Amino acid sequence: MDSTKVLDVKGMSCPMPIVRTKKEMDTLSSGDILEVHATDQGALADMPAWANAAGHTIIKQKEDAEVLTFFIQKG
Amino acid sequence: MTIIKMTAAEVARKVIDNQPLFILDVRNHDAYVDWKIEGHNFEYLNIPYFELLDGVDNVLSKLPIDQDVLVVCAKEGSSIMVAEMIAEAGRDVFYLEGGMKSWSSYLEPIKVGDLRGGGELYQFVRLGKGCLSYMVISEGEAAIIDAVRFTDVFTNFAKQKNVDIKHVFDTHLHADHISGGRLIAEATGATYYLPQKDAEEVVFDYTAIEDALTVKIGAAQINVSALYSPGHTIGSTSFIIDGKYLLSGDILFIDSIGRPDLAGLAEDWVGDLRETLNVRYRELTEELIVLPSHFMKIDELNTDGTVAKRLGDLFAENHGLNIESEDAFRHIVTDHLPPQPNAYQQIRQVNMGKITPNYDEQTEMEIGPNRCAVR
Repeated sequence: MDSTKVLDVKGMSCPMPIVRTKKEMDTLSSGDILEVHATDQGALADMPAWANAAGHTIIKQKEDAEVLTFFIQKG
Repeated sequence: MTIIKMTAAEVARKVIDNQPLFILDVRNHDAYVDWKIEGHNFEYLNIPYFELLDGVDNVLSKLPIDQDVLVVCAKEGSSIMVAEMIAEAGRDVFYLEGGMKSWSSYLEPIKVGDLRGGGELYQFVRLGKGCLSYMVISEGEAAIIDAVRFTDVFTNFAKQKNVDIKHVFDTHLHADHISGGRLIAEATGATYYLPQKDAEEVVFDYTAIEDALTVKIGAAQINVSALYSPGHTIGSTSFIIDGKYLLSGDILFIDSIGRPDLAGLAEDWVGDLRETLNVRYRELTEELIVLPSHFMKIDELNTDGTVAKRLGDLFAENHGLNIESEDAFRHIVTDHLPPQPNAYQQIRQVNMGKITPNYDEQTEMEIGPNRCAVR
């Protein structure tokens, strides 16, 4: 998948993963894809809920070795 | 203005004393709907922190100025962020130290009553999870029933009371929370008891609870007697303390009864549950004070914060004890069950000694309400 940008928020705890993701998203254009790597398990529920509220779409997410990866397309 | 830390113990005091509190819960909507801090006089507003990243202007007008406002999140980080924004806007505001994780862990010891010869019975109320544990004390000795995993709370309490913990019981193999019983017994040299029928898969040594087993506690020789009462699990056992209190485990609650399905055998155990409630418990004196191992709703608390009610009153009022036909009973306890407790299968494995998660993993498993009842 072609990500426009990759954001690493591994090791950060709530609320920083979403704070940083939002900040990064604000610099992108509609249709761009941000790839986010997080380890805070709270992101599992919060990232989709935030994306939904903010009008973005999570087009793919995966989990391996405790790293959560989200591909978020800007709305 | 300033942000002020509020501890789980302070919130618990507000619950028990019926004080008002305005809770701004900044977890996501699903988490809030699933489980929140319950208080008789609490008001709530749920706005996820990620909807407040651009500012709290829209929220300020919804916060009361004449009562304390407490910001709550899962761990505490987001609540501090939101509280700081509110404080910057000129308001005093509290945040919950340790978030819902610490709320889930907090235990408030409350005295239920006096026993013969200076003995005492304490109930440890875990408000955040609805778990109830017990300590029977008589000069020099103590017995504990259904201890939760915060073993320090019990061992420190015993020290404070100057008693040695001699006997530690679990009424059944728990599925909603991790038992602290075995670790307390290991740390104190006490005997750890489990009902054998629930313990077939456990991988540690324990002493089997036989029906009518009686131990005597301390100088006053307070009787703690087992009463086999299957139905929530096949081994579920109640305890009668000093001929006065009935510790009903997860069989009978204040406003509901135990669900028979958490070990996977609802159909098989529904008959046992009905027989325990309608035959074994009916043979007991109605003057016994029932002390369950859970509550589901804050309304079940008495004004002093305890969860306790006369058996005779429960026969008159409890929904599960007032279902006439066996078919209707079977239907209610097998067909209309609420969702299971979070991670209940893993929790059973922990309580069997088969897996040993670390502290944080245990906290994660125990998130959410206990869900051991059916109504």
